[in-house]
Amino acid sequence: MDLFQVTIDGQIVNVAPGTTILQAAEDAGVKIPTLCHHPDQQVKAACRVCVVEVEGSRVMQPACAYPVYNGMVVHTNTMAVREVRRTVLELLLTHHPQDCLQCERNLHCELQTLTQEAGIRQVEFPQELRNLPVDESSGAVARDPNKCINCRRCIEACGELQGVDILASINRGYDTVVGTGLNKSLADLACVLCGQCIQACPVGALREVDHTQQVWDALNDPDVHVVVQTAPAVRVALGEELGYPVGSGVTKKMTAALRRLGFDKVFDTDFTADLTIMEEGSELLDRIKNGGTLPMITSCSPGWIKYMEHYYPDMLDHLSTCKSPQQMFGALAKTFYPQTQGMDPSKIFVVSVMPCTAKKYEANRPEMRASGYQDVDVVLTTRELVHMIKQAGLNITALPDEEFDDPLGLSTGAGVIFGSTGGVMEAALRTVYEIVTGDELPSLDFEVVRGLEGTKRASVELIIPEAAADGEVGTSLQVNVAVASSLSEAKKLIELVKTGQEEIHFIEIMCCPGGCIGGGGQPRPTTNQTRTARMNAIYREDAGMPIRKSHENPAVASLYADFLGSPLGSVSHKLLHTHYTKRKVY
Amino acid sequence: MTLHRSHVLVCSGSNCALHSSSFVKDRLTLEISQAGLGDEIRVLETGCFGLCAQGPIMVVYPEGIHYCKVGLEDIGEIVQEHLLKGRIVNRLLFKGTSDKNWMTKDDFDFYRKQERVVLRNAGVIDPENIEESLVRGGYAAFGKALSEMTPSQVIQEITDSGLQGRGGAGFPTGRKWQFTQEAAGDKKYVVCNADEGEPGTSKDRLILEGDPHTIIEGMLIAGYAIGATQGFVYIRGEYLLSIERLQKAINQAREFGLLGKGILGSDFEFDLEIRSGAGAYVCGEETALLNSIEGKRGEPRFKPPYPAVRGLWQKPTLINNVETLANIGPIIQNGSDWFRQIGTPECPGTKVFTLSGNICNSGLIEVPMGMTLREIIYDIGGGIPDGHQFKMAQTGGTSGGCISADLLDVPMDIPSLAKAGTALGSGALLVVDDRHCVVDLAKTFLRFFAHESCGQCTPCREGTTVLLRLMNKLASGKGDAQDITNLQRLSTTMQQASLCGLGQTAPLPILSALTFFADEFHAHLEGQGCPAGVCG
Ligand SMILES: Cc1cc2nc3c(=O)[nH]c(=O)nc-3n(C[C@H](O)[C@H](O)[C@H](O)COP(=O)(O)O)c2cc1C
Ligand code: SF4
Ligand code: SF4
Ligand code: SF4
Ligand code: SF4
Repeated sequence: MDLFQVTIDGQIVNVAPGTTILQAAEDAGVKIPTLCHHPDQQVKAACRVCVVEVEGSRVMQPACAYPVYNGMVVHTNTMAVREVRRTVLELLLTHHPQDCLQCERNLHCELQTLTQEAGIRQVEFPQELRNLPVDESSGAVARDPNKCINCRRCIEACGELQGVDILASINRGYDTVVGTGLNKSLADLACVLCGQCIQACPVGALREVDHTQQVWDALNDPDVHVVVQTAPAVRVALGEELGYPVGSGVTKKMTAALRRLGFDKVFDTDFTADLTIMEEGSELLDRIKNGGTLPMITSCSPGWIKYMEHYYPDMLDHLSTCKSPQQMFGALAKTFYPQTQGMDPSKIFVVSVMPCTAKKYEANRPEMRASGYQDVDVVLTTRELVHMIKQAGLNITALPDEEFDDPLGLSTGAGVIFGSTGGVMEAALRTVYEIVTGDELPSLDFEVVRGLEGTKRASVELIIPEAAADGEVGTSLQVNVAVASSLSEAKKLIELVKTGQEEIHFIEIMCCPGGCIGGGGQPRPTTNQTRTARMNAIYREDAGMPIRKSHENPAVASLYADFLGSPLGSVSHKLLHTHYTKRKVY
Repeated sequence: MTLHRSHVLVCSGSNCALHSSSFVKDRLTLEISQAGLGDEIRVLETGCFGLCAQGPIMVVYPEGIHYCKVGLEDIGEIVQEHLLKGRIVNRLLFKGTSDKNWMTKDDFDFYRKQERVVLRNAGVIDPENIEESLVRGGYAAFGKALSEMTPSQVIQEITDSGLQGRGGAGFPTGRKWQFTQEAAGDKKYVVCNADEGEPGTSKDRLILEGDPHTIIEGMLIAGYAIGATQGFVYIRGEYLLSIERLQKAINQAREFGLLGKGILGSDFEFDLEIRSGAGAYVCGEETALLNSIEGKRGEPRFKPPYPAVRGLWQKPTLINNVETLANIGPIIQNGSDWFRQIGTPECPGTKVFTLSGNICNSGLIEVPMGMTLREIIYDIGGGIPDGHQFKMAQTGGTSGGCISADLLDVPMDIPSLAKAGTALGSGALLVVDDRHCVVDLAKTFLRFFAHESCGQCTPCREGTTVLLRLMNKLASGKGDAQDITNLQRLSTTMQQASLCGLGQTAPLPILSALTFFADEFHAHLEGQGCPAGVCG
């Protein structure tokens, strides 16, 4: 293809047709400021912060959207451009509350950065605040429309990426703001609380509902025994905000930091991830053998569960009855754990650190009280843990490497890959294969289910040896599996299931694109680029683990021996399995 | 067809309808039959005559006598005197600027200086009867295109005619057709823009109400030329009569085999649907209109890609204004050379203007491009009423600019007005006399834009309201020089950085007022108060 020659601020670059001015400028080493632009989203051309002069054009053009042509001459840094940009930013600030110091996004805010970069020291236009109510009703995702700058990135995240479509631009002109249908609060809507809108937002208009104070209070209470569990995806993202490059695994620094924050025990959700494989793998085989509902669909992702309950209430029996690893942990932390320690379960306070906002909602579900108490007391997002570590003044790069505590801290590589899309499937296949065939897997790496693509498929041939005992070849069982991440992708798969067009036995679905590493509670920015880096870190962790199959986790084995009995047994049934509730969309 | 001694045409355009012309017609029909003239005299409802300030208007043929401001109480006299005894009712004749009563069209400067191309049938035919249109040559141009011309020849003829879009932007129509014809797509659409959101404009309504078949014909020719099989007419929701008449016309055209499959025995297929808009001004912007037809929020899309390449449902789409389409039939029928004889070399053809404000004959006129503003205001419009002085004219509607008295001889065509710093736009012409204040007027325009901004892009969403606040401050006498600087900075930003034409042109009325009436502007800040005594 012939390249186009484009002159940007006097510098010539040759770029492919279809390139935008923004991309071409990057090649020329020129950074054009943007606000509504998001690397993984469609072009919006709405904020107009990125306008530049194009010779021959009557008006300035948005660099994020305008395609280059051969011979184009662009000026990005003239007096006129700087003046217009500055004015656009000033307009955004005319009704923006300027409380950066108290804002959750302080120092991580795109508007703040642009305002600084444009050198704005004073807004000359008359200012007027909106005083709209802040919505914290869901207990998970908080919306502060006063800080909304109408970039519409959240609308696309919710509508296109998740296919949920809760958010919309409402009103017109100066009163335009992003809101919800009939101005309902998130708790009253079929919002799945995935937090993908938070990940899309460039400012402090969307965030999690902050629960750090409750954790500080518990830690400060001498009568309470505070235990913490950390989800697999947290350890590969936490470092981003604490001095490590994106894609660093900081598991051992994280455990050290949690101890210094005052947690009495630092446990690992990966342990219950291994346990989930035992229960879910057994459930799958049981369904295959006994004609249960197929395909069976994973149930680890609470946003996904809520989505099914609202949008496919008639298909709930496809969902595995297994609780998520977070909730399995909570149930054990208030039964098995105090029993082994001779402790009063009422004195135990369980904190989770999750990459996820929907987990906050999950912990509060009425079903999640198998221990007789609320199994998980407080859920923090990765970002909230960052805030606590910063409040405590900890420099984690300088902390020693530390291990998780026993008995709920030992895990395998199969547990850690739960953090990535395809991970649950891969972990399950590692175990199911070996349990069914009795053979050792030649390679543990199921590459086909890894990676960021929205939907992945695989087929595994299992030869069942019992059948071969009387001299036959053995029954061959073809297990078809599929993996989807993000709700728009999940929806496509579920529609296939609904129409029965394809024979699938087992489906893994994660609500967030890329799985938990791209969750709504992860550090910002969470883009496909950071997702990929975190995903690589997850598989590095897996590869470095001494044990990589859930059924070989000795702590899980002794849990069954000492407490649970067998997978799908009566204790498991009571503590580790749950049921779902039909919900409405409106 | 029964022969009638006399025809009485009653305007049923929406402006006259507001003056209760339908009661007038009903009463007239009743009294005619009571007088035993039912078989001899036929009463017809027709489209607008244009002289709306004098409505309801009634024309009695064959003499062509115009009666103005006809009330229910006047009907008896018209029937008894004129229809029965042949005596003209002088009292209801229009009083022109001279002392003489104006009786027929030829007496009226208002009509005499006009040249009717797109309004050729308005006020002449019964718009609800396709046969009347056919008798006057309706669909002949389409027949000619279909049977004698290739699509490319049709486009060439339109290109040669020099026709420019009449919806506001003035883009060369032939080129737009060509782009759409050349764009690859398995399906293409023709869209007629009849949103007509500009305050003080009603030309598209007049065309649709008076001669709906000319639009169908224009769209058929366009569809044939670009290779489209489906058309949409996007009509402003309030235009109930336009919708009703166009729907009737579409139904009749279908019955006559002019729409649908196998049109006129050829393999050409084309059909039309009406879509009506919720009335937001911005929905007249072509891409917002497309979103609205698709059922999305009526917001403009970023261009490129242009609708010619990716329009309705991402398919190549031709969008033309009603008046543009009304020119198509005559151009194909009479040839581009004929069209070029009208108007100016750079801007051929006619333009329909909507005259409003401080002018004697407010209403709708069609004149050749290039007629001076002075001729329009004084010769056709009858000048300024009540002995007041002309102060300025706002051309191009709210998003146009103003013209002060020293520019009264500016030719009213697209390039000349652009040179004068304003725009022809959709042909709105608001005449303002010396009792008005430019600051106050600018505020009125801004209020409109602040209300109509769709809220998508920052400069317009925030800028329109911030500008309005600055103007309010100035008007109240509390402004200072810094406010004027900010006003200018903000205006430039909106012009340069807004996403669509609405935000880009919103500051134009202010900027042109600042240019032409700088003294008046500054007077407001120097504590001298409002020179016109309007702002309080
Ligand atoms: C804010 C805005 C409102 C507009 N409203 C109308 C309208 O009401 N009718 C119309 O024909 N064109 C309107 N236009 C112009 C259209 O975008 C488009 O240029 C036109 O329909 C093209 O037709 P033409 O080439 O035949 O003029 C508007 C443009 C803008 C920016
Ligand atoms: S959203 Fe950004 S600019 Fe606004 S208060 Fe928060 S940090 Fe400051
Ligand atoms: S949390 Fe998820 S579902 Fe809810 S509004 Fe945000 S993106 Fe949409
Ligand atoms: S809430 Fe955030 S992401 Fe959504 S439009 Fe407002 S600023 Fe943009
Ligand atoms: S300029 Fe105004 S009307 Fe046009 S897209 Fe921007 S906000 Fe909407």
